[in-house]
Amino acid sequence: MDAFHFHAPDTLAAAAALLGEYGDDARPMAGGTALTLMMKQSLVQPDHLVSLHRVTDGRGIAIDGDVLRIGALVTQREVERSPLLREHAPLLANTYGRVGTVRIRNVGTVGGGLAHGDPAQDPQPALLALGAQVRLLSTAGERVVPMTDFCVDYYETAIEPGELVVELLVPTAPRFDKGVYLKYLPRTQDDYATVAVAALGTVVDGRVEAARVGLGAVAPTPLRATAVEEALVGGPASADAVREAAALVADLVDPLDDARGSAAYKRDMAVVFTRRALEHVFGLSGV
Amino acid sequence: MPSAPPTVHIQLSINGQAYEAEVPPYRTLVDLVRYDCGLTGTKEACGVGVCGACTVIMNGAMVASCITLAAQADGAAIETIEGVAADGRLHPIQQAFLRYGGFQCGACTPGQIMAAKALLDENPHPSEPQVREWMMGNLCRCTGYYQIVEAITKAMVDE
Repeated sequence: MDAFHFHAPDTLAAAAALLGEYGDDARPMAGGTALTLMMKQSLVQPDHLVSLHRVTDGRGIAIDGDVLRIGALVTQREVERSPLLREHAPLLANTYGRVGTVRIRNVGTVGGGLAHGDPAQDPQPALLALGAQVRLLSTAGERVVPMTDFCVDYYETAIEPGELVVELLVPTAPRFDKGVYLKYLPRTQDDYATVAVAALGTVVDGRVEAARVGLGAVAPTPLRATAVEEALVGGPASADAVREAAALVADLVDPLDDARGSAAYKRDMAVVFTRRALEHVFGLSGV
Repeated sequence: MPSAPPTVHIQLSINGQAYEAEVPPYRTLVDLVRYDCGLTGTKEACGVGVCGACTVIMNGAMVASCITLAAQADGAAIETIEGVAADGRLHPIQQAFLRYGGFQCGACTPGQIMAAKALLDENPHPSEPQVREWMMGNLCRCTGYYQIVEAITKAMVDE
């Protein structure tokens, strides 16, 4: 690792001020599980590292009307175990519980995970499906970015130089009857997904009242599969309808060939796992 | 790149002993523990936070010390393998690894013990699936996993 200046501010505002001062020469670090690796490999070489380990705010989980507010410095393990989140957003808690290993989740944070921008990360498909938003802070002020606009490209997010992720906002309405996160892991349990699908659904009298689908590891960014959702809503919650809707995923994805599989294989698996996830949320199978 | 960035002053406790140092900002916690403190029980193997060999307990939670900066551990309480036995007595998890043969070459063992201790501190009587899930990021290249899982599952039962 190359040398750099180390800063340890006490508040998110002070951290944002440092990022404003040093711009693109600075990087914020929370748990460091991703950034330390990229620095070790010289993929990222900041002149100024703004460590957030001393920051006292941004560590809370609260419900505010029908929005869950999760501080950027909440760890992935805290999300996984939070009674509040387990009650109001079980899909979110379950999904964060699938990130890496306990050792990673103990220090990896919500904000750091968002800023990393790897399309194979676990939480993003669920965050897209839930309609989450990201609150960013800079010396110029604050802005709130919906997840659909937040994910820009491979390892690229909507975060501008000088901006800091300070909060994740997750709506609790509408409430869905069921949610599931399927992470296809043909290699090891602690691997990144080969393909990942998060789905939410509500069925009333055999018809699909609501459906949401988020996909991971299948394109330069995580995706929300609105075409699949639209094909389902208002129609029968049947195996045939699910099979037809899931098939639409093949045209939405743009996977990479890598050690986890060829692009063609991942495209096929994206369809299969979308079908399974929807069968689960519509009560058509046990998964 | 500015020349010679300043070092970082850190104060932490390692196995209950206060430790103070000036470290380069890029010093990893595993290097601090091994080379500055001379506690070489903690191993660095993969160097990318995947294999679990460098596991230490930081403020009660297990972490990969190879991807933690020493500067981030300022103010923290660190436990390493050297601090697990107390007053000349092995910890129950160490006894269990001996009893059930939970190691072969031993290279991964300090990390296995620290991860297992973190589990038992939180849940003294884990089920076998809980042990397997918790320990999945601790690799043993001798593949002695059955004995490791048995040792952890039975450590507190045997006590």
